[in-house]
Amino acid sequence: MPYISNTDNDRRKILKVIGANEFEDLISAIPAKLRMCNPLAISEPLSELEINRNIQTKADKNKPCIKVNSFLGGGVYDHFIPAAVDAIVSRPEFFTAYTPYQAEVSQGTLQYIFEYQTMICELTGMEIANAGMYDAASSIAEAILMAVRKNHLTKAILPATLHPNYVKVIKAYTEGIGIELLTVPEKEGVTDLSALEAMMDETIGSVVLQTPNFYGNLEDAKAIDTIVHKNSKCLLIASVDPVSLAVLIPPSEYNADIAVGEGQALGNNMYMGGPLFGFFATKLDMARLMPGRIVGGTIDKAGEKAYVLTLQAREQHIRRAKATSNICSNESLCTLAAVVYLCLLGKEGLIEVATQSVQKAHYAASELCKIPSLALAYPKATFFKEFVIRTPKKAADIINALLPENIYAGIDLAPYGKPNELMIAITEKKSKTEIDSFVQAMKEVVK
Amino acid sequence: MSKTIFEHSSPSRKGVTLPKREIDTLLPTLIPETMLRTKKARLPEVSELDVMRHYISLSHKNHFIEKGLYPLGSCTMKYNPKLNETLVRHSSFTTLHPFQPEETMQGSLELMYELQNDLAEISGMKGVTLQPSAGAQGEFTGIKIIAAYHKAKGNNHKDTIIIPDSAHGTNPASCSLVGYKTVELASNKEGRCDIAKLRELVNENTAGIMITNPSTLGLFETQIEEIAEIIHSVDALMYMDGANLNALLGIVQPGKIGFDLMHFNLHKTFATPHGGGGPGSGPVAVNEKLLPFLPVPIVTKDECGYHLSYENEATSIGKVHSFYGNFAVLIRAYIYIKMLGAEGLRRVSENAILNANYLMKILGDYYHIEHQENCMHEFVMDGTRQKKEYGITTLDIAKRLLDKGFHSPTIYFPLIIPEAMMVEPTETECLESLDAFAKAMIEIAEECKENPELVKEAPLTTPVKRVDDVRAVKVLEPIFPLPN
Repeated sequence: MPYISNTDNDRRKILKVIGANEFEDLISAIPAKLRMCNPLAISEPLSELEINRNIQTKADKNKPCIKVNSFLGGGVYDHFIPAAVDAIVSRPEFFTAYTPYQAEVSQGTLQYIFEYQTMICELTGMEIANAGMYDAASSIAEAILMAVRKNHLTKAILPATLHPNYVKVIKAYTEGIGIELLTVPEKEGVTDLSALEAMMDETIGSVVLQTPNFYGNLEDAKAIDTIVHKNSKCLLIASVDPVSLAVLIPPSEYNADIAVGEGQALGNNMYMGGPLFGFFATKLDMARLMPGRIVGGTIDKAGEKAYVLTLQAREQHIRRAKATSNICSNESLCTLAAVVYLCLLGKEGLIEVATQSVQKAHYAASELCKIPSLALAYPKATFFKEFVIRTPKKAADIINALLPENIYAGIDLAPYGKPNELMIAITEKKSKTEIDSFVQAMKEVVK
Repeated sequence: MSKTIFEHSSPSRKGVTLPKREIDTLLPTLIPETMLRTKKARLPEVSELDVMRHYISLSHKNHFIEKGLYPLGSCTMKYNPKLNETLVRHSSFTTLHPFQPEETMQGSLELMYELQNDLAEISGMKGVTLQPSAGAQGEFTGIKIIAAYHKAKGNNHKDTIIIPDSAHGTNPASCSLVGYKTVELASNKEGRCDIAKLRELVNENTAGIMITNPSTLGLFETQIEEIAEIIHSVDALMYMDGANLNALLGIVQPGKIGFDLMHFNLHKTFATPHGGGGPGSGPVAVNEKLLPFLPVPIVTKDECGYHLSYENEATSIGKVHSFYGNFAVLIRAYIYIKMLGAEGLRRVSENAILNANYLMKILGDYYHIEHQENCMHEFVMDGTRQKKEYGITTLDIAKRLLDKGFHSPTIYFPLIIPEAMMVEPTETECLESLDAFAKAMIEIAEECKENPELVKEAPLTTPVKRVDDVRAVKVLEPIFPLPN
């Protein structure tokens, strides 16, 4: 059997040492009638050669983005990933290690988490970050729960411009525990500020903003800050694209109390949407209210610099039912990919990624809008690397018409109540030629 | 101690070159200047070689499976097959986007569909969601399903989940997250749920019970049928924490012995790597009556192919992940299950149980073991003897083990065993490796007697000496102070 070391001879030796005649003696505590009589109904074991073929066959039934001209985004983005990222992430020293509970033999993991926390704080302008969450969706949900721990106010406002999948996750995390979710409507692709102002009162515990929002548009975060913080107790939770933070003002500059977001864009493959990772950062005075693991610097017995998991009294293995969160395993290896990516790109490189993405997205939008029947759905809003086009027919029809041409035209917004709207994402990876050929194909299809 | 990557930084050094700009519009003409950052983020400026040297040097400071035994109880640190790492990196998986049309990801959906079926078979349940990102999120999902079941039945008074005192901390934390109160069920002197106390705790307000089976004491819950009868008599549900499923593959199907739902840890039982703390994956399996409440979407199959089905959306608990779960982890678990097959999976559990009993038998002469009976895939010994006789704690013993090239067992858990050391060798360790570990533990037992100061000083050969975690709390230092 693969991956099992004991031979029949070893089994005999082991049984002899234990003083048992046969394996069944060891499981005599399991009542006989509870044991399976027949083998599991699972296919015959495959050899390495056969599983290679099995997986190749499945791979062939996929048509991944690498084989087409893709304009898909919606929270998962196809940014360039340097080869050295995988060279580090695929080191068994990192990927077969456990959570770094034994600090003395986990300094490698602990130090990269410390560096990761530092980079997330630098990008967001916050003072403390945790070691990571599952994804942006659960990070926002946990941020709302943290706000309740802080101010005991159980109403939270979500923007209608928030990713609809995130809303579903947030609902699952907050319903049934006395938290009331309210929705501030959208106006021309961004949060309706006057509606938000009208909804705000002293009972609101937190307000979420996503920028760029689901539609790719930048929210007026400073104006939202002014409205939200009129209530001094209310926390502003900003969900942000970490790539955008290379060029956009960090959440600290609009007084966000908690900054979270989807980290996949930082050096992680798309993998059909998982694993992702959420980042989570806040102010120092709320450190003890945070969910998740936190690494801190300290010293060892010899006085040398060392790192260790810290503030563990918040966590489930100590605090149990009263823990700040139930999170145990997170997405550590994805945060390692992010750290290595951010090092390789560096101070100027990430700015270049963000800048080229914005430039190409705006170029694509202006070229598409030269087609008479197409127009930006939200012309008054400022978009970042993703935008929405109003189409003369169902977006789904356009997407389907372009499939045979090996183009993934974008995301159909009809399921989100916006028929005839197509959402298009562009990263620095798209060449001008690819954009031009997409525009040409669109011209044909909307004729 | 090595520098941080920030201390290797040198202005305008670069690790990667991007293509020249094809479109070069000035950013402030595209985005209002009030929204643009004025101070650049101080990310490191380093070469690719700098990055490689730095992180390779960090990697040398880790313990990992290929370096040595990792006997962490209830963590199932088995070997992670390298074939999986190769196959998972196929560009047909890495560059797949979650918003692609269904017909362009049939291969992935087929894999997920087969994995759902195999997990349903292994658990003896009817339906599976692959969405939860980790074991604790699986627990959360499961408890949400319990809440949805009671809501649908109008059982609005049910507000409590019963949890044995040997349970993982995630169990009560997950219940709190869903809004349930938890009450603790004491273990009896055999290390099993105390049935008399269970009867006292169960009433109309009981929503369910969460049982880790085998328990964190490494013992099978022998009276599980009776427990199920008591729990089901008040229309409460039986949840199994599958953290210890490595003991049951092909031996017991939880769905056939009274459990209504359970979660798996693919990163434990099904050999996907732990990644230094994730990504894991925590699928949940349920019986027939709980199918309507599974998260959306579920992968289904008909004559046209495989689909992401939202059919049960009206009754579903909703979503727990932005998309479909940790797909890259699912691929690895799928490969593992297919390579082992039914026979191999049973052999996994048999050998996990054999290896654990072997170590327990040998170490029982040197360390106190509270529950003197054959164990399942793990056992709990403790350092009470060493503490009483030599003033040496379990923490000291654990640290001394690091000096000898092994990771320590899970320590001070379960909470009901003082000075606990929970040992799970797993089936992938060979006899020689078990002997080497046993030898190291025996040596430490001798050292406690002969040279206790040595053990108290440990570790001495690790990349750093014993780390001051108290100081880390007092003087919180969560980030590197970057120079301006």
